[in-house]
Amino acid sequence: MKEVTKIQELVYELRMRDVMRKDVISVSPDMQMGRLRELFKTKRISGTPVVDGGGLVGIVSIEDFIKWLSGGGGECRISEKMTRRVETFYDDEALVHALTKMERSGYGRFPIIDRQTGGMCGIVTKGNIIEGLLKKIEIDYHEEEVRKYRASHIFEDIRADKSTLICQYRIAGRKLTEAGETASGLKTTLKRLGFHPDIVRRSAIIAYEAETNVIIYAKEGKMIVKVEPAEIYMKVEDKGPGIPDVEKVLEPGFSTAPDWVRELGFGAGMGLPNIKKCSDRMVLNSTVGKGTCLEATVVIGPTR
Amino acid sequence: MKLREICEILEADIVHGEDPDREIDKVGAADLMSDVLTHSTRGSLLLTGLTNSQVIRTAEMSDIEAVCFVRGKRPQAGVIKLGEEMGIPVLVTRFSMYEACGKLYMKGLRGCEHN
Repeated sequence: MKEVTKIQELVYELRMRDVMRKDVISVSPDMQMGRLRELFKTKRISGTPVVDGGGLVGIVSIEDFIKWLSGGGGECRISEKMTRRVETFYDDEALVHALTKMERSGYGRFPIIDRQTGGMCGIVTKGNIIEGLLKKIEIDYHEEEVRKYRASHIFEDIRADKSTLICQYRIAGRKLTEAGETASGLKTTLKRLGFHPDIVRRSAIIAYEAETNVIIYAKEGKMIVKVEPAEIYMKVEDKGPGIPDVEKVLEPGFSTAPDWVRELGFGAGMGLPNIKKCSDRMVLNSTVGKGTCLEATVVIGPTR
Repeated sequence: MKLREICEILEADIVHGEDPDREIDKVGAADLMSDVLTHSTRGSLLLTGLTNSQVIRTAEMSDIEAVCFVRGKRPQAGVIKLGEEMGIPVLVTRFSMYEACGKLYMKGLRGCEHN
C-alpha cells in the first residue's frame, strides 16, 4: 500500500500548472456542431473549451456531441449544445481539488485559469493527471537512486574547514578502443557525489578528451582528480613525446593525429580547444621528450 | 518527440533499448566525435556513420539520449553491449546520413544549436 500513500502525497504536492496541457485547443461558440467530429478525431481529444472574444463561455465534450447526434444531429451551433456551467481551477491550486471534483461531478476536464491574468492558460484531464504523476514518480525515483549512494552526502558529513576527495586513475596507452573507461569512471563518481548534470558532463568531456590524447600520443599516463564542494580539479600527466608548440595546439583544427586515430572519429584538432571550453581554468605544460601535464578546473557555481 | 516515433520516421531497427518512450527534442549528425563533444548535445539523438565504441563513449560523456547508425551499418557486438551497459539505445537505419537528417528535420526536429 506504500504506492497509494505516495500518490496521495503527490496529489497535494503537485499544482495544476505542473500537469496541465498548455497548448489548449479551443472552439468558437459559432462553430457548427458537425465539425467537432473531425476536430476530436484529428486532435485526439474528447472535449474542448468554448472561447468567445478571449473569454471562456463553456465547454463542449464528446458526451454533448453524442447527445446532439442521438437527438437527430440537426444543423446547429456549438453555443446551443455546450455545457455553460464550467468548473475551472487556478494554475497554482493543488491537483487533489481536480481529482475530488472529477469524482463528485463526473466532469472529465477543467480549464485552468492563470491567477495573475485571469485568462485561461491550460487544461487538465484525467490523462494529464496520470501522466504528471508518473513523471513525478520517475523523477523522485531517480533522485532516490542518486541519494542511495551515501556519497552524495559526503561533504555535508565531513566536519572540517576544508575537505578534498582525491581519485586517481591510470591511463594505459595504445588502446584507443578502450578510451573512455577513465572518463566513464569519473562521470559515475561525480554523479554519485550528487553534482549538477552540467558540471558532471563538462568534467567528463575534459577527462575523455585528455584520456584520448594520452592514449594517442603517450604510452601511459595518469589522471588525478581533486573533488571539493566548490570545484573539481583534474591533472592529467603523461610521459609522452611532449608538445613543441603549446600555443598552436590550442588553435581549433590544428592536429598532428595519425590516420588510425582519425578513422576512429578523433584527431580533428578539437580536443584541447574543447577541454579549454569546458573548463573554467586550464594550464598546459609540456616539455619535448619528457611529457605533458594538463590541469583543468571546473568551478561549481551558478550553471553556465 | 518520442524515440518510438523517430524509429518509425527512419524505418529503423532498435538494436537494443528498453525505453521507446524516452523524449528526444533535438538531433545532431556527425562522424567526427570531437565535433560532437564540442557542442551541447544533452538530450539529443546522434546520427553517425561511425560504428566503433567511441560513439557510445562520446554519447555517454555528452548525455546523448540515443544513437542511430546510418546506411544500415550494424556495429559489432561489443559496441552494442557497451550501449546496453550505459543505457543508451542503439538504432540502425538503412537511410544515408543526408536522408535521415532530412526526414527528421521535415518532422520538426531541429539541430542541437537551434533554439
